[in-house]
Amino acid sequence: MIEIKNLTKRYGDLVAVDSVSFTVSPGEVLGFLGPNGAGKSTTMKMIAGFLTPTEGSIRVCGHDVESAPLEAKRCIGYLPEGAPAYGEMTPANFLTFIARIRGLENPANRIREVVARLGLERVLDQPIDTLSKGFKRRVGIAQAILHDPRVLVLDEPTDGLDPNQKHEVRALIQGLAKDKIVVISTHILEEVHAVCSRAIIIAGGKVVADATPDELEAKSKYYQAVSLRARDLDALKEALNGVPGVSDIAIDREARVLTVFPILGKSIFGPVTQRLHERAIDVTSVELESGRLDEVFRTITQGGARS
Amino acid sequence: MSPINTLFRRELASYFATPVAYVFIVIFLVLSGAFAFQLGGLYERGQADLKPFFDFHPWLYLFLVPAVAMRLWAEERNTGSIELLLTLPVTQAHAVIAKFLAAWAFVGIALALTFPIWMTVNYLGDPDNGVIVASYIGSLLMAGGFLAIGSAVSAATKSQVIAFIVTVVICFVLLLAGHPLVLSFAKVFLPQWLVDGVASLSFITHFASISKGVIDLRDLIFFGLLIGLFLYATSIIIDFKKAD
Repeated sequence: MIEIKNLTKRYGDLVAVDSVSFTVSPGEVLGFLGPNGAGKSTTMKMIAGFLTPTEGSIRVCGHDVESAPLEAKRCIGYLPEGAPAYGEMTPANFLTFIARIRGLENPANRIREVVARLGLERVLDQPIDTLSKGFKRRVGIAQAILHDPRVLVLDEPTDGLDPNQKHEVRALIQGLAKDKIVVISTHILEEVHAVCSRAIIIAGGKVVADATPDELEAKSKYYQAVSLRARDLDALKEALNGVPGVSDIAIDREARVLTVFPILGKSIFGPVTQRLHERAIDVTSVELESGRLDEVFRTITQGGARS
Repeated sequence: MSPINTLFRRELASYFATPVAYVFIVIFLVLSGAFAFQLGGLYERGQADLKPFFDFHPWLYLFLVPAVAMRLWAEERNTGSIELLLTLPVTQAHAVIAKFLAAWAFVGIALALTFPIWMTVNYLGDPDNGVIVASYIGSLLMAGGFLAIGSAVSAATKSQVIAFIVTVVICFVLLLAGHPLVLSFAKVFLPQWLVDGVASLSFITHFASISKGVIDLRDLIFFGLLIGLFLYATSIIIDFKKAD
């Protein structure tokens, strides 16, 4: 469990994190979203015990991070932003160091396991400074999961990785998640769908949304909208006028797509296709939208920034 | 293994992972030898002691020890590894002490490698080895004092260059505080007790008294307190500057 109550971090007059409260239970993968400077990293640094909260409390696995920092740190694996490591060390030496300082029972076995899992065999004896960004990130993740922590806090684990590496890291996170708590921060919204069971959007230091990715998408005006492609979009728009349940029709001329928006809660896919049928209009594609996270994200965070 | 021990070993190994350690040791050995023989006239004096050798240590340390200390925390802050280090299950005090001890041990190794000069005077004459041992201890303590100051300055900046320069300046002031030039100048307008106070802050005063062969408890306390104080300051500065 991670229990966060009224967490606040102030730097002089600047409020980086403003009275944030939430709880994460085992099995959850929590995605932490927000614009740059919204307070994501600050919150994660406080959970990991690097920064001290100005107000409020954080309990990790029942240990308060301020009054019992070592106990809390023992059950957390933390990947700081940018995956810093000691560049002059080799991954083999670095992981041995981490295993020692975390007091692992059987370090050699555990290191072998983690190295295999992250595909680090090839680079074990090269200084970390000389590794590619992808390998550096994997060394950072290896370090974080080495002691098989119950809570994993990963600050932008896929930032700067190529699509294949992103996929691998996401698969890894999903593989870990069964009985653990995973908190990741990201700006990549597709990632939220790929790995997270829950998403918290933070803007201006405040939690502005806390829901499953599906619920967030349902807030999109694109949710349940129908997108159509046809040769003559204006004629199509004309034809679709007056379909029941439709609130608006928009044409994106660049993308050559016409989108029909429903009145909130109405399903318009049936009526729209029926109208196409009746009028015998040819379209090249029809698509039911599932909602766009990036649009929800923009609406919520920009609204949050104004308040 | 205790966390201090693990951190200490990692730190000490990291000195030798790059050429920096070897460059430092070679420069230290060459300069300490050159100063002792060329400037100090170790050989020409015809006395079997190492006074000319140790007399130059404060000035040698003035530039070389800040070069060791500058990376202590500035580098951790610059690469972000400080965030990794301080979220491991170790206390901040352990980290500060372990890193300091590793740097101190490294300077100790360099100092220990000057043993041929000790063998030389023993071969040429019959020196008072007790005085020499005391001088080595004094020299090491003085290096520890410089290092602790460097540690605190290094914690305040991400730039190793700034850490180096500021440490040199602070150490220079502390060295000069005991120089006869400064003291005779101070005597002109300061009361004697204040002049003694200034002198008692000086590294040179305490180092000189130890290297006469008298290990006075007051000198040990001076360096012990100095190291303790600046390590404590290091920890406070780290806390203060974490958010940058």
